[in-house]
Amino acid sequence: MTEILRLDDLSKAYGAVTVADSQSWHLSAGEALGVIGPNGAGKTSMFNLVTGTVSPDSGRIFFGGQDVTSWPAPRRCRSGMARSFQVPQPFGGMTVFENAMVAATQGAGLSSRDAEALCLDILDRTGLLHRSNTLAKGLTLLERKRLELTRALCAKPKLLLLDEIAGGLTESECVSLIQTIKDIRETGVSIVWIEHVVHALLAVVDRLIVIDFGKKIADGTPHEIMNSREVREIYLGIEADA
Amino acid sequence: MDWVNAILQGTLLGGLYALFAAGLSLIFGVMRLVNIAHGDLIVLAAYLGLTASTALGLHPLVALVLVVPAMFAIGYVLQRGILNRTMGDDILPPLLVTFGLSIIIQNGLLTVYTADPQKLQAGNLETASLSAGGLTVGVLPLIVFITAVAIIGALQWMFYHTALGRAFRATSDRQDIAQLMGLNRAHVFGLAMGLSLAVTAVAGIFLGIRTSFDPAVGGSRLIFGFEAVIIGGLGNLWGTLAGGIVLGVSQALGGQIHPSLQILSGHIVFLVILAVRPRGLFPKMEG
Repeated sequence: MTEILRLDDLSKAYGAVTVADSQSWHLSAGEALGVIGPNGAGKTSMFNLVTGTVSPDSGRIFFGGQDVTSWPAPRRCRSGMARSFQVPQPFGGMTVFENAMVAATQGAGLSSRDAEALCLDILDRTGLLHRSNTLAKGLTLLERKRLELTRALCAKPKLLLLDEIAGGLTESECVSLIQTIKDIRETGVSIVWIEHVVHALLAVVDRLIVIDFGKKIADGTPHEIMNSREVREIYLGIEADA
Repeated sequence: MDWVNAILQGTLLGGLYALFAAGLSLIFGVMRLVNIAHGDLIVLAAYLGLTASTALGLHPLVALVLVVPAMFAIGYVLQRGILNRTMGDDILPPLLVTFGLSIIIQNGLLTVYTADPQKLQAGNLETASLSAGGLTVGVLPLIVFITAVAIIGALQWMFYHTALGRAFRATSDRQDIAQLMGLNRAHVFGLAMGLSLAVTAVAGIFLGIRTSFDPAVGGSRLIFGFEAVIIGGLGNLWGTLAGGIVLGVSQALGGQIHPSLQILSGHIVFLVILAVRPRGLFPKMEG
């Protein structure tokens, strides 16, 4: 299987705080990878490094076989990378539809006509179609989370980076979200998903990695990871000898 | 009737002020940049118009065909070459750099064109007028006003109905997120400054046809532009037009009371509005 994303010995520190410590891992095209770890472990920082919001101190990032380490964020987006944010970051003064259109015209590089068709389709899939003409700042938290996903999808990504989009959802909302993400995966999009709601993650991903203090401490199938003693100790806080 | 006439002339003059202000309003809206060199750039456009009309024998309004793209290019290069390097959380560096730019432009114009007052020759257009019901309106001020309304309408339409407008608004809203949506901030800012100076080119040509100008007159145009923007409410282009009209009418009415009060009365009305409604008459509803 071809490789879509590779982190090669990636490190980043802010003063004494290390957010990425020699991280190396890869993602195959079409694969769905879950990322777990305690709060402050450096999961979101890893997304910032991958998408180009911050530059690493050392190490390389390869996307679709190309070394993108020195690429600015917009170029990475246009080459097929999109993310959602844990705390939704909509363009508040623009409507839901316009938010989607920015991603579709700028990120995916579509003409206005093609972009409109794509946005309407995706808004329909994410259940926001009826809110198209609402200003984004007028949305509820759940709707803002959906807008995060909508906007990322409208950029027509090959690689979708999801940051805790299941947090705070009710059980039924979570079920529909899982279905939506499964559908996205069916279309061939590779996914990296940071999530605390582990059961949602397990319903979708093929592989899990665990990050703690910026370091990848485990990498394997969900079954292997969830039964790993080290992971249970560090991440789930269960005593080793309990 | 004199008073009605003063209001009419003031309104038309407001169109010119709105043209001074629209470019300022646009770049402040998109990138929170306060361009102290704006007035001098208006004067630069007037001089470019002068060169185009004397060297090529063009009518000043025809010279717009050359001056508008030239000013757009200057704006884009200026933004990408210099101003983008000063942009950040602190608004002081770009303020200082544009202040320096203002001095450079003024002295550059002095060197090239000397301090002699110049004027753009527009022939009959300068004196042509229309009369109706005891009121007389100059054709030129009317053209200026209609152009101002058309430009502001076009900018407004562009902001809300085109991909470029969405790019401007998205970048204005959240620069960092816009970057992740594939928008190159440096390029978007360059386009905004280019567009701002393209509007400035029109303002400069009209200024040069209307009155004589020399390299030092930029400062007061900057002040009029700022006053129009602030009276109208920051980030609201139709408000900017209204602000220009309020300023123009205030000056005309002041001049009607006594000719020496013309400029002062504009400033006084501005200060009163600033004191009573610090966010302007038509503050942007959102954000």
